[in-house]
Amino acid sequence: MVAEVADICAARAWEAAAAVPDPEVPCVTVADLGILRGVEMDGDVAVAKVTPTYSGCPATLAIEMAIEVALREAGFDARIERVLSPAWTTDWITEEGREKLRAYGIAPPEEPSGSVRALFGETTVTCLRCGSRETEKLSEFGSTACKAQYRCTACLEPFDYFKCL
Amino acid sequence: MALMDAVLELADDHLVLGHRLSEWCGHAPMLEEDLALPNMALDLIGTARTLYDYAAKLEGQGRSEDDIAYLRGEREYRNCLLVERPNEDFAHTVLRQFFFAAFMHPYWHAAQDSDDEVIRGVAGKAVKEMAYHIRHAGEWVIRLGDGTEESAQRMRDAVEALSIYTAELFEEGAAEGAPALPSRAAQREAWDATIAHVFAEAQLEMPEVPFPQTGGRKGLHGEGLGHMLAEMQSVYRAHPGATW
Ligand SMILES: [Zn+2]
Repeated sequence: MVAEVADICAARAWEAAAAVPDPEVPCVTVADLGILRGVEMDGDVAVAKVTPTYSGCPATLAIEMAIEVALREAGFDARIERVLSPAWTTDWITEEGREKLRAYGIAPPEEPSGSVRALFGETTVTCLRCGSRETEKLSEFGSTACKAQYRCTACLEPFDYFKCL
Repeated sequence: MALMDAVLELADDHLVLGHRLSEWCGHAPMLEEDLALPNMALDLIGTARTLYDYAAKLEGQGRSEDDIAYLRGEREYRNCLLVERPNEDFAHTVLRQFFFAAFMHPYWHAAQDSDDEVIRGVAGKAVKEMAYHIRHAGEWVIRLGDGTEESAQRMRDAVEALSIYTAELFEEGAAEGAPALPSRAAQREAWDATIAHVFAEAQLEMPEVPFPQTGGRKGLHGEGLGHMLAEMQSVYRAHPGATW
């Protein structure tokens, strides 16, 4: 009975935390991005485990605070645990997350992370608007640390690309 | 304490270079670089923060990452000399970045097998970021080295000025007694190969360095570091314990 209650609590806490949007890419949630690794109950306290995306991601603190607030609003005492290892990779973005990114106008990462091709910039990126693979990199760095800028040479649409890391 | 000292050396390398890069913010020659340089600075400062936080835990004296970064003087900083070299021009800046990233990439790659969980976590992230830095800075080294007469001359000047600081990258420093961290000397071969590959395309040559400059790991720094720290630490020293 006690175990069941704990399970129900943990599931409810997960739902509350998982719905928190990323502050920089608000079309996806922390669960879509794979940075919310889990929520466990430690007695009455909901403990959310969060892995930062990039070493210097300025959003990390904002994300942790937003998750804590969401848990408190759902009625939990809450604590955030930052988990560094294993390091986050773009492979952890869920299928649903990738779909949402596409719909929002950000091309999701196309290569498995750690691919040598991706690291040395030989990735082929598909245009979001017309589906052409004839695209070119405009800028290695974009509006946030996780994005690069591309342009489609077929339809000329410029768009953001979520870098493979 | 060997591990803490070794972690501090690493953290200081990253913070000092990150701060140097951040000095370009708003001054870069083009918009792409105005995004790129602070982005790379963020990677480095992010890594430094995690390492300072870890060093503070290893020390166990109740100091915070901010205390360690902002309340140590120049002689207590343990960064290598390369990272503190002033920005000078864009050629110096991208070459300094390229030399450093070409070293850190194989270093973090090896550190992914560390038996220390924090080091493994930092390494897993940083190894990918350093690959980006090698690529981005390396492309500029090629573009400038194999560019116009002036850009090639500036790149050769940068090579002349910075190559004397590269030998220090491979000094073991405090890590000698810290098996959780990889050997620095062992990264020499990978570094040489990366430099040779890019320099060949950039029409540059690595000069012989009869008298390499070292001393950073012992706290012996160039004049520029003191100035940099004075600016970087002024707010925290004026308002001790401030958070933002
Ligand atoms: Zn298109």
